[in-house]
Amino acid sequence: MPTSPSSARPTGTLAAAPVGREPQHGPDSGRRRGRRLAGRFGTAGRRPPLILLVPACAAALFALLPLGYLAVRALQRGPAFAWDVVADTRTLDLLGRSLGLTAVVVTACLLLGVSLAWLTVRTRLPGGRAWSVLATLPLAVPSYVAAFAWLSAEPGLAGFGGAALALTLVSFPYVYLPAAAALRGIDPAQEEAARSLGHGPLGTFLRVTLPQLRPAAAGGALLVALYVLSDFGAVSLMRYDTFTRAIHTSYRASFDRTPAAALSVVLVAMTIALVAAEARTRGRAGHARTGTGTARPVVPVALGRWRPFALLWCGTVTAVAVAFPLGTLGYWLAVGSSATWDLGGLAQTAWATFGVAAAGAGLTTFLALPVGVIAARHRGRGAGLLEQAAYAGHALPGITVALALVFFAVRYAYPLYQQLPLLVGAYAVLFLPVAVAATRAAVLQAPPVLEDVARSLGRRPWQVLREVTVPLAAPGVAAGAALTFVVCMKELPATLLLRPTGMDTLATRLWTETGAGSFAAAAPYAAALILLAAVPSYLLGRHRT
Amino acid sequence: MNELHIEGLTKSYGAGEPVLRGLALTVRAGALAAVLGPSGCGKTTLLRIVAGFLHADAGTVRLGDRTLVGPGVHLPPERRRIGIVPQEGALFPHLNVARNVAFGLTGTDRAERRRRTEEMLDLVGLAGHGDRMPHELSGGQQQRVALARALAPRPQLVLLDEPFNALDSALRTGVRSDVRAALRATGATAVLVTHDQQEALSTADLVAVVRDGRVAQCDTPQNLYRRPADPWIADFVGDAVLLRGTVDDDGTAVTALGAVPLADPPAGLRAGTVLLRPEQLHLTDVDSVGTVRGTVTDVSYYGHDAMVTVTVEGHDTPVGIRVAGPLTVRPGEKTGIRVVGEGGLHGDDGSPRG
Repeated sequence: MPTSPSSARPTGTLAAAPVGREPQHGPDSGRRRGRRLAGRFGTAGRRPPLILLVPACAAALFALLPLGYLAVRALQRGPAFAWDVVADTRTLDLLGRSLGLTAVVVTACLLLGVSLAWLTVRTRLPGGRAWSVLATLPLAVPSYVAAFAWLSAEPGLAGFGGAALALTLVSFPYVYLPAAAALRGIDPAQEEAARSLGHGPLGTFLRVTLPQLRPAAAGGALLVALYVLSDFGAVSLMRYDTFTRAIHTSYRASFDRTPAAALSVVLVAMTIALVAAEARTRGRAGHARTGTGTARPVVPVALGRWRPFALLWCGTVTAVAVAFPLGTLGYWLAVGSSATWDLGGLAQTAWATFGVAAAGAGLTTFLALPVGVIAARHRGRGAGLLEQAAYAGHALPGITVALALVFFAVRYAYPLYQQLPLLVGAYAVLFLPVAVAATRAAVLQAPPVLEDVARSLGRRPWQVLREVTVPLAAPGVAAGAALTFVVCMKELPATLLLRPTGMDTLATRLWTETGAGSFAAAAPYAAALILLAAVPSYLLGRHRT
Repeated sequence: MNELHIEGLTKSYGAGEPVLRGLALTVRAGALAAVLGPSGCGKTTLLRIVAGFLHADAGTVRLGDRTLVGPGVHLPPERRRIGIVPQEGALFPHLNVARNVAFGLTGTDRAERRRRTEEMLDLVGLAGHGDRMPHELSGGQQQRVALARALAPRPQLVLLDEPFNALDSALRTGVRSDVRAALRATGATAVLVTHDQQEALSTADLVAVVRDGRVAQCDTPQNLYRRPADPWIADFVGDAVLLRGTVDDDGTAVTALGAVPLADPPAGLRAGTVLLRPEQLHLTDVDSVGTVRGTVTDVSYYGHDAMVTVTVEGHDTPVGIRVAGPLTVRPGEKTGIRVVGEGGLHGDDGSPRG
């Protein structure tokens, strides 16, 4: 009989004996094994086939076009002139206002996001699940809808306070979501260890929980900062001058567009710095997480006599962030008579919005497909650069992308100026990151070994793409397309600048009517926007479950 | 016809240490060869180069009369006619079982495709399962479908990458023998990559032990176990008792366990390491004449047999003794040890016997 599975190695043997000492796979090691599998037969490192590489490079160049053209344009009248614009006291004033608003909103979002995350994840708050859904809902409210709601209720809010309020209430979920995820991921054994070493609940939270929460909260905070810096809708309705509003005004006011370009460059420099910072914290957060394995579920904290206060806090936040905008909208819908409602115009606008958003989502998804596949399947400097380039839109405020495309079209492609393709192109640049991320995640879900098996069964690379990779990734890609559709539909600043003369989307009409103070006339557009956006969101939710 | 012939295969990743250093291996047509080695020995790299997923730095791979890899030659995977059975099967989750099996059957008409699919499913014992989706199958069934899928296009060579790893040990033996039977039935040459020496010994016709990017020994399972080329291999392919020994004039070695007869004592070698297997050691009464005495330090009982660990004077590490019958000793007791059969002698530099 040869050796049996259970036979121990006698101690009288040589030391080097890896047999049977390989890490034993437990029942929960499926993920680890999957990764190992990917490593064995993965295509990582191989040069992407031309059928992917050529369109991916085209998409990346397209995404970088605005950035490059912006730089050219800003320096057109010499670096001295650009510097004059940048160093102008007005610019410095804008910088102060933008940063001030950002700081206030980020601080408020951290307070709201972390407190709600802790209450919903770690305590015995009644209705915990419902609260966590409610806390993410504000993500669906465009900033200009929030601004519309507050302004229509209290026009005196216009200015810094109103802008900060509206922006905080729509963007705190960016902190809430990662903070809640991080809290769920922290091994309760660590907190138990701290308690057993003599720290009270508060000391444990401050010394053990909070430090682990920091990378997630910081990542969320930087997203909020990015959101605030590139926001145009809320600040313009609240008439609070920041870079985006100043760029818009400068573009509208004068035929000389160099000042607008120079301001855009400053804004882009700020957002790129933020994105770089965000990428760094994200990288570190990934390393900081240890052994997520099978941590025991957390024993929730009993709130005791604090319970009413906790409920009051959660209730207030969701009331002002979710119930209030919806309620205001309902009020204006009820108040408005059929005379103020231009139903034909509404239907026409909704149809135009639907069309342009569908075109934007289609083009974006098409461009994202090759980049996403390469990002998921190939490592190396080239693949990395391609992905980075596609993510440029992540750092570019909508108004700067629009400006860059206007400049470019006027100079090199005049027939496109103020035509639909330019607007659709702007959507593609802005939302390529959304679609690439979705495609990449969808492709990563499909084990690369399947592609190798298909190759060994006689398929060429493009056939593998068609028969294996794309069918497997299709649901995820479709979800990304739906998401892109929603963000295209809500887009305001680029649409304002690039829409063909006479065309309106729901967002631009809402903005115009609100800006003119006709809240009852604006309300139907807000309602239609929310309804149209709700359909893909609902489908997305169903797809996930 | 389908002989696999590998020569001088070299591969390194980037500027790192080479993973394969001139590996050579020949598998005759229709044989099932196991490539056995510890993790990181290069066996997976070898598999991927043969399948065509990796480019070799140098060397040739020939299959039958075709050159797959050679100077200036790298046939793409889809033209190699090599089937692969990955770990955990890796069935296409969006296709049902029949369409998985038929995936490689291109260029044939529909009736022929269906006939071949049914034939293959029948071969692996899954007739009538064609309409199931992969997630509706057990792990062992998925592995069988993966084999049917690999065999359907009549490949010249089948590569199996630790295919039984993910299966429960109870299931493993059954699937293993079914896979072997199916491979035999089709006559395809097959290479099984594994780090499990039992799997290699019990499944393959031929076992190639890979160490540091080379084939350290390639032999039948029986020869590999009984006559390993060096102590490292001896220890790697099974439990081994390694003793210092000096050679007597009569061709026996004097060791801590007494005189051990040697199988083909190498000429000129006067001292070295003597290899015995634990089942060659028997426990005897302490007082038996001519027996070596030791003290039992540990007993591990497995049901079908037991491993008794004994310390012996003159040998610094305890030796393992496999006992098939009922256990009569307990830790702390004295026992006698008798050696049965012949030992193998290895030079101190690790050079092969004789």
